[in-house]
Amino acid sequence: MRAALTRLAAPALLFLLLLAVPFLGIGGGFVLDLLTRAMILGIAAVSLSLLVGGAGLVSLGHAAMMGIGAYAVAALDAAGITEGMIVFPTALAAAALFALVTGAVSLRTSGVHFIMITLAFGQMAFFTASSFSSLGGDDGYTLYARTEILGSPLLQDRRSFYLVCLALLALVWGGCTAILGSRFGRVLRAARENERRVRAVGFSPVPYRLVAYVMAGAVGGLAGALLANASEFVSPASLSWTRSGELLFLVILGGLGRLHGAILGALAFVLLEEWLSHLFVYWRLVFGPLLVLAVLFLHDGIAGLPGSLRAWSRWRPTFSKRRSADA
Amino acid sequence: MTLLLVQVLNGLQFGVLLFLVAAGLSLVFGVMDFINLAHGVQYMLGAYVAATFGLWLDSFWLGLLLALPVALVVGLLLEWLVFRHLYRRDHLSQVLATFGVILTLDEAARALWGSAPLNVPQPGGLPGGIEIMAGLNYPAYRLVIIGVGVVVPLLLWFLVERTRIGMLVRAGATNATMVSALGVDIRRLFTLVFAFGSMLAGFAGALASPVFPVAPGMGENVLILCFVVIVIGGIGSIRGAFAAALLVGLIDTLGRAMLPDLLRLLLDPSSARQTGAALASMLVYIVMAGLLAFRPAGLFPGPRA
Repeated sequence: MRAALTRLAAPALLFLLLLAVPFLGIGGGFVLDLLTRAMILGIAAVSLSLLVGGAGLVSLGHAAMMGIGAYAVAALDAAGITEGMIVFPTALAAAALFALVTGAVSLRTSGVHFIMITLAFGQMAFFTASSFSSLGGDDGYTLYARTEILGSPLLQDRRSFYLVCLALLALVWGGCTAILGSRFGRVLRAARENERRVRAVGFSPVPYRLVAYVMAGAVGGLAGALLANASEFVSPASLSWTRSGELLFLVILGGLGRLHGAILGALAFVLLEEWLSHLFVYWRLVFGPLLVLAVLFLHDGIAGLPGSLRAWSRWRPTFSKRRSADA
Repeated sequence: MTLLLVQVLNGLQFGVLLFLVAAGLSLVFGVMDFINLAHGVQYMLGAYVAATFGLWLDSFWLGLLLALPVALVVGLLLEWLVFRHLYRRDHLSQVLATFGVILTLDEAARALWGSAPLNVPQPGGLPGGIEIMAGLNYPAYRLVIIGVGVVVPLLLWFLVERTRIGMLVRAGATNATMVSALGVDIRRLFTLVFAFGSMLAGFAGALASPVFPVAPGMGENVLILCFVVIVIGGIGSIRGAFAAALLVGLIDTLGRAMLPDLLRLLLDPSSARQTGAALASMLVYIVMAGLLAFRPAGLFPGPRA
């Protein structure tokens, strides 16, 4: 019981802080918009963290799921449908369907080949999006208005949109935590650690992985639909493979193995990007090396920082072999 | 018919460039089990250095020659600074750290040379076009690239199959620990392979600079296609990389040239152009996904597979 409480303390504090921001009136609307964007990326990152940290499936095509969600919003907007009760389920279903089809093929492979095949499917989605000339092709598509919820323009207001995103983030985090703790999640984690033993016990890992892949895809679609609403703009750039790389980076920066780490990673990434791009014109010259350093030295990410600091203070020169994340 | 021949030659030439980049990538991947996303950066660097020195010295060929040592040195520097610390880490860390290197070096290219495509000197001393068929002139320089594609693979084959270093590289790809236990400095071998791969990629970039636009991010497009190449060809296999590079070059080029026209037989012109263009861009990925699903080890499985 106490262990469970300490485990939940950090995420609970994080959500409380995020909840307090709009009522404290810090920095005005700009800060809210920025944090909204970070939380939306956080939703996508949590779903990717379920795949990478939970199931050991390193997907380099997760941006495609977000892109499909975003394009579902754009396509319905072009058809004049802006009702959220139609838009959001469509976005989720479209991304889940794409994940089901591509996952069924991709999961025949493992390790490096899985990274490559998800990248290939991501590129296919990217080129498909660039060819939708009715939705602007390469130039992208500007939404007429944000999605309505049951006919009311709830998402138009900055603060209520922020709160909706926060609620969804908490819901996704809670859901993914529950999934990882369930019997289903145990099979996923066991298959990540040792696939052969899981087979020997009588489980076939592939159906479990496919279900996890589809769920992560659907959540990615939700994040994409929200992001389309946040920027009121959709373009193929949101499906590019660099976005998939960024999403993976958020997960690692925050810390694998802890789902709230992905949220921390998204917050750190968006805030750092914003801050650096104000300071320097060529801000990636600073950002890139920071990324490399984070991978080299921050083994357990931001969420694992307290533990890493404790370990460093007791450091002794020993050799340790790191756990492989892509089995 | 002539159109088809020209497109086949263009496809071969693109395939050759892909092979030069993919060969290094595949060797590094096969020998060190290291995914280097930043390999495409060497290609971009080769093109930029060749263009800059070429303008400065007023000779494309001198620029090309100078691009080789620069690519080599930058490759060694990156290996020493970053990559060396990643060999023992998992693939995920390797992908991310090299992704960071890409962000940094692309931005550096943007800061140094600007975002607009660069003006590149045309290779001098060559006839403009060679008549390869009645009424068909093909640029001589593009034939030179195809010629390189014949010479370099032969050279590589000789190096890998017939020399002592090549033997060590092959042995290292099969079992690095064992080679190291037999008294070979495996670290130095790794560094050597790495430097050589970087130089090949830089060479490819320099060769490509008069033909393709030189701009930041040019490396990534080639890099992703090269991953397709080594996955299709089989990881760690030079022979596979060569076959797959030509295949991918041909499929991509011919697809882009022919598909919109072929689809016109089925669809109305505007939607044929649109779906044709999209389908052509996707073609190589479709081939790769299909192959991976049914033959995960690639066409010519490497030593580890």
